[in-house]
Parts: sequence; C-alpha cells; structure tokens
Amino acid sequence: MKPLEDYLVVDFSQFLSGPSAALRLADFGARVIKIERPETGDICRHLYTSNVIMNGESSVFHAINRNKESFAADLKSEADRAQVWELVRRADVVMHNYRPGVMERLGFDYASVRAQNPSVVYGEISGYGPDGPWRDKPGQDLLLQSVSGLTWLSGNANSGPVPMGLSIVDMLAGAHLAQGLLACLVRRSLRGEGGLVQVSMLESAIDFQFETLTTHFNDGGQLPQRTRHNSAHAYLGAPYGIYQTQNGYLALAMGSIPKLGELLGCPALLAYPDPKQAFEQRDDIKATLAQHLRTNTTEAWLAVLEPADIWCAGVLRWDELLQHEGFRGLDMTQTVQMTDGYAYQTTRCPIRLDGELLTSAVGSPQLGQDNARLQQEFMTSNIAQHD
Amino acid sequence: MSLPLEGLLVIEFSQFLAAPSAGLRLADLGARVIKIERPGAGEAGRQIAIKNLFIDGSSLVFHTINRHKESYAADLKNPEDLARVKQLLARADVMTHNFRPGIMEKIGLDYDAVRALNPRIVYGVVTGYGPTGPWATKPGQDLLVQSMSGLTWLSGTAQDGPTPFGIAVADIICGSHFAQGLLAGLLKRGKTGQSVLVEASLLESVLDMQFELLTTHFNDGGQLPQRGAVRGTAHPYLSAPYGLYPTQDGYLALAMGNLPQLDETLGCGILEAYPEPASWFEFRDAIAEKLTAALREKPTQHWLTTLEPLGIWCAQVLDYQQATSSPGFQALGMQQRVQLPDGQQLATTRCPIRIDGQKLYAPQAAPRPGQHTAALDAEFNLRTTISN
Repeated sequence: MKPLEDYLVVDFSQFLSGPSAALRLADFGARVIKIERPETGDICRHLYTSNVIMNGESSVFHAINRNKESFAADLKSEADRAQVWELVRRADVVMHNYRPGVMERLGFDYASVRAQNPSVVYGEISGYGPDGPWRDKPGQDLLLQSVSGLTWLSGNANSGPVPMGLSIVDMLAGAHLAQGLLACLVRRSLRGEGGLVQVSMLESAIDFQFETLTTHFNDGGQLPQRTRHNSAHAYLGAPYGIYQTQNGYLALAMGSIPKLGELLGCPALLAYPDPKQAFEQRDDIKATLAQHLRTNTTEAWLAVLEPADIWCAGVLRWDELLQHEGFRGLDMTQTVQMTDGYAYQTTRCPIRLDGELLTSAVGSPQLGQDNARLQQEFMTSNIAQHD
Repeated sequence: MSLPLEGLLVIEFSQFLAAPSAGLRLADLGARVIKIERPGAGEAGRQIAIKNLFIDGSSLVFHTINRHKESYAADLKNPEDLARVKQLLARADVMTHNFRPGIMEKIGLDYDAVRALNPRIVYGVVTGYGPTGPWATKPGQDLLVQSMSGLTWLSGTAQDGPTPFGIAVADIICGSHFAQGLLAGLLKRGKTGQSVLVEASLLESVLDMQFELLTTHFNDGGQLPQRGAVRGTAHPYLSAPYGLYPTQDGYLALAMGNLPQLDETLGCGILEAYPEPASWFEFRDAIAEKLTAALREKPTQHWLTTLEPLGIWCAQVLDYQQATSSPGFQALGMQQRVQLPDGQQLATTRCPIRIDGQKLYAPQAAPRPGQHTAALDAEFNLRTTISN
C-alpha cells in the first residue's frame, strides 16, 4: 500500500519545480492530474535539452511527468473552467507555480479554492516570494543561482562565477513544496484542517546555503574564498577536493595531512602537522598533493588509502557508474510506457518505504489524453445535477 | 491554526548533516525533536567545523543544523541509559538514525526491536549508498557521493576536470528526500495503524537530482554530457545564450531566451552566422564568444536596463555581500536570530517553507550535549520507571 493512495492532486504547474513535487506525490501513490493549456500544454513539453526529442516531446518533460494524467483546459473559457472546478472541488491537493497574482486573475487562488473545498491543501511556488521588490521577476533557475550568491561556491578561485550544471534551485523548491504539502496532509489526517504551503525559489536557494550563509553572517561578512586549484568547497581545508591521477581522478574528503603524506609516500606533506594548517595553508598543500597524485593510478591510490579508512573515491562518469555493480544493485532505473505504447527508461523515486521501491509503469501523458475519461468520471454527476 | 506537525515526537540518533537536516525541517514544521547524544562529547558533528568556526563549544555548522532541538545524553552501551531511551522511543512517532549497517542491530535498536517496543513508530534510516551492495560499507560522504554519481561532469567548462558542486549537495538533497519519506511514512501509519520503515541514501538522492539529465542520457544513445568551452557555461544540455557573461564591471546571467532579439539588441551578428535555431546548441561556444565580446563593453546595470524591459531573462550575478544586502533578499525575512545559553545571539536562516501565510521562525538555539536530560527524565518519568 502506498501512503497517498486515494489522494487526488490537481496540478496547474509547469516546467520543473512544481511538477517535480507532483511527481513525488504520484510516486507516493497519489493520483495527479495536470491541468494544461490546449494546443501547447506544459511549456516544458517543448523545452528541449541538447535537442533530444522523445516521441515528439522533450526528454525532460517525460522524466518529470511520468505517472500523471493530463486534462487540457482553457482557463479563460467558462465551460472549461467549470470542468476544472469539478476536479478542484474534489482535490486533496491543488498546486501551481504561476507568478504572484496570476492565479488570483484566473480565479483558482487559495481563497477561492478554499471557499469551495475547505480542507484543501494548497501549494504554490514563486520565484522570489509572494511580495517584495523582485516578485514579478522571472523565476528561472540560473537567475536564482546568480542572485543568491550560489555561483561563487563551485570552481576555483580564478574561475569567476560557476553555476551548478543542473536546475538545482528548481529541484530544491519542488522538494520543499512536497515537504510542506505532506506536512499539511499529516495535519489534515490528524485534525481535519486544510492549509496553504508557499515556497519560493529564492528562499529555497538560501536554505540550500544555510551552512555557508550562517558562516557568512558570523565571520564578519567575508566572501567565500575558493582554493586556487582542486576546489570542492570554499569553506573546507585540504585535502578536500578532486585530483588528477595518472589515469583519471581521485576524490579526497577530510583526512589528516601528515597521515596522507605517510600513506602516499609524499614526505613534503609531513611539514603540516597542525590541523589548522590544513585550512590556512590549503593552497600549498593541495598543490603538493596534486603534483604527487599524478604519479600513479587511481586504483593504486585507492588500494593504499581505502584500507587505512581515508575517505576517498574514484570519480565516475555516467557510463562507468551505470555499469557498476553498486549502481545496478540499487534498481534505480525503471521503464515506463505511454498510452500510445511508447516506452522509455527513466529513474525511480529515491525513497524506500517498508523495504519496497516506489515504482510505477505509467509514462507521461499526451496532452489532454485523459479529458474524456475525467469528464465521465467526475463531471457526469454534475451534468445530472443541472438537468 | 497549529503548525502542521504539532504534537509529534521525533527521536534523533542521527549525526552530521543529511538526517539531522531532516530533523530540523520536522522541528520547524512543528514537531518536537530530541537528539540522543553521547554523554560529554555529544554528536560527532559538533566537532566538524567549516572555517574552524566554533560557538559555545560546538561547530557553527552544528548550530546551523541542530537549532530548535533538545538533547538527551545517553550511553547506548549502558543498559540503564538504553532502557531510558527505549521508554522515549515507546512514546515517539518518528525515530531516525544514520549509523552504518549493523550498528543498531548490535545496540538493539534496529527496526524490528524498536517496532516491538512501539508498533506505530516511523523508523527512518539514511545510508550512503543504499541498504545493500558492494558500496554499503563505504563512507557516505558528500564529495565521494558526488564523485561516484557522475555529478562532477555537469559544472564548469569542457577543459576543466570534474567540478564538484561547492556545497554538501548530496547531504542536503538526501535530507530533503528523507523528510519527505518520514512525512509519507506518517501518512501511511495514519492509514494502517502500523509502523513504517523509511530509507533514503545519499547516492539515490543524487541520482534523483539528476533525473532529467539521466533520462536524457538513457534515451540519447548513452552520450556523455558535453560541457561548453566558454567560461560561464551553465548547463551541459542547454543552448546559447544560457550562461554567465563578464561585463565591464561584473557578471550577467542570461537564461534560455530569445536569441534573435538578444542578437539584434547587442548587434553581435549571431543570426547572420548561425541562422538555423537547430544549430544554436552545436555552436553554443562560438555564440557565447560573440555574446561575451559584446557584453564586456558595458556595465551590468546598462544591460539589465536594456534587456529586462524586452522580456529577456537576465540577472546580475551577486556575491554573498551583494546578495544578502539586496532588497529582494531583505524582503524575505530569511534571516533569524537564535538565543544561545550564554545570552549571545546567533544569526542563521529560517525554514524556507511558509505555512498558512506565516514564515516559520524559531528562536531556540542548538542544545548543549545533554542539556535537556534532567527535564526529559522528569517529564517522561524515566528515572522512576527504571528504578522501580
């Protein structure tokens, strides 16, 4: 049994942040209905990455929207709105990621929905919060990385700002929305109350940096300083970083510098016996380590370091990872199928409940594929009422 | 209205970042969270510092992750202490730990033992690489998981080596998934009345974080990600102009957008050279170079004033000083102060989720090790119960 079986989620959101939260709810067992604009649908359907098109639509749309239904409706048409209301009235969760003010204009804002559905749990994601001077700016991942200071944490000291190379802020905002919705569903199950959950990409990006921002608030407001080379965390000392070896790369996390010197046969590292030096002289230590680690293979270094409990790992590419027994044992992939028979491989929900994997064979929906069925299921009684 | 998790009791054996960050989220959402800590030293994370910063005997990052919690000191190898902890567990709704496989079995607090004490417990475990398999005993450490998951090939430029995310992203995203799982577990318990086991791992979480790109990889013939060659490149799978560009006095971010309009405004001849939209991915480096040459000529503010009114998605790239003093940041009220036992205040951030229109602030600082032992003994009648 999945925890959200019998829950109905009506999702007006697009792109990644909101739909990734709805995907999580779907994998927990909820029935998720996407409300999409006729003709074009969720804009993400045509937001291609590296021009990869699967069954006529973008690969990322298929990743984000599997295990969902699609109801195409023009929210400006009275007839369509009435049908959407039939869904919204029965929903346990209603969510969207329009900019502040848009849902009020469309008439499906929290106050309006709650008036018809008092115990609804209503979620929304904005770019920069419901008010404030930036509320009307586009809530787009790279822009949020840029204004939240995040781009000064990765890369080396002379790299300039370095973004994280995936839509990290969208992912986090979606994860936070899912947390808030689940927490309010817990409250509803205990006390019968509905609730409003609001998340913004900027608040999520700040929360992501809670450790480094708290440090910034308490270190006199200094800026993060990345190391000259092999930087992996602006606030950590040597050896923390990734180093080139004779045949690849080696990741080294925390570890005593003199002990590393002994194990690696690098006497120059014995000159740093005080743990404070690992932070204060990290550029020099890293330069020495980098030069030394190039003299042998990744496997050779791992063979010395792992038995000594030094935290280290080889650096894998996806093809190497996917072939590794450690990955295959996770059963992290699943094949899903669309209603037209098109099947594709994707990942599964990362959480296990009662030792079971939360999988589903349902692929992403074609735009509006469920209109007829949903009309029959939810709207006939309404039509009968009007008779 | 009450906070969503008010009345729920969470017992946290977890250490470091991933699982304790889930405990923090549950606390901010209204749960009562009690850390079980080794007498004296407390959680190991108290000694893990960034920038060597310590406050009131514990690292600043420990304070960041463990505010809004109580601390109960117990030596789990001491039978009397263990018996008291079991009394607490019998009253708990949730417990979490992130010990390596086998440890909780040895102590006698593995899932089967705890659900025998409390048949309605939601029992959460965080591991590095999943419950079984060849990596199950490998240290579950953030940079190692980033390195093994393929994540390091997404940031930086084509000529950079593997470039990690400069933050403990595996821990944080896993903590976030773990919180979701615990909440889903509470909902499941509500339906069945039975205990629930919730498991998350750093590796599965970082794979999930890459789900869009991995799905692309699975369906594009297994090609590896190709990062752009121009400094500022921001996403291995997106076309120009997506990236960060140097201006005369700083940096400008350009998201996906209207390249023809951008080209016309900046006058850099991109459309003339690359008229086919389908070629903008293939030639993203050359396009980025043309954009760089144009954008360098004027200050960032000039470009924002020019491009924003055209609806082009752009932003100034801010550093920590600029970001935290910006009006957009200030308007959120994301900073809060917690009160330390000695009366000092410590500035940190608040929960990013708003409930019923309220921002969730909590003034309680992280506890000292065992700070609440006596109070909890009294409240839950733990000493008397044992001696009887």
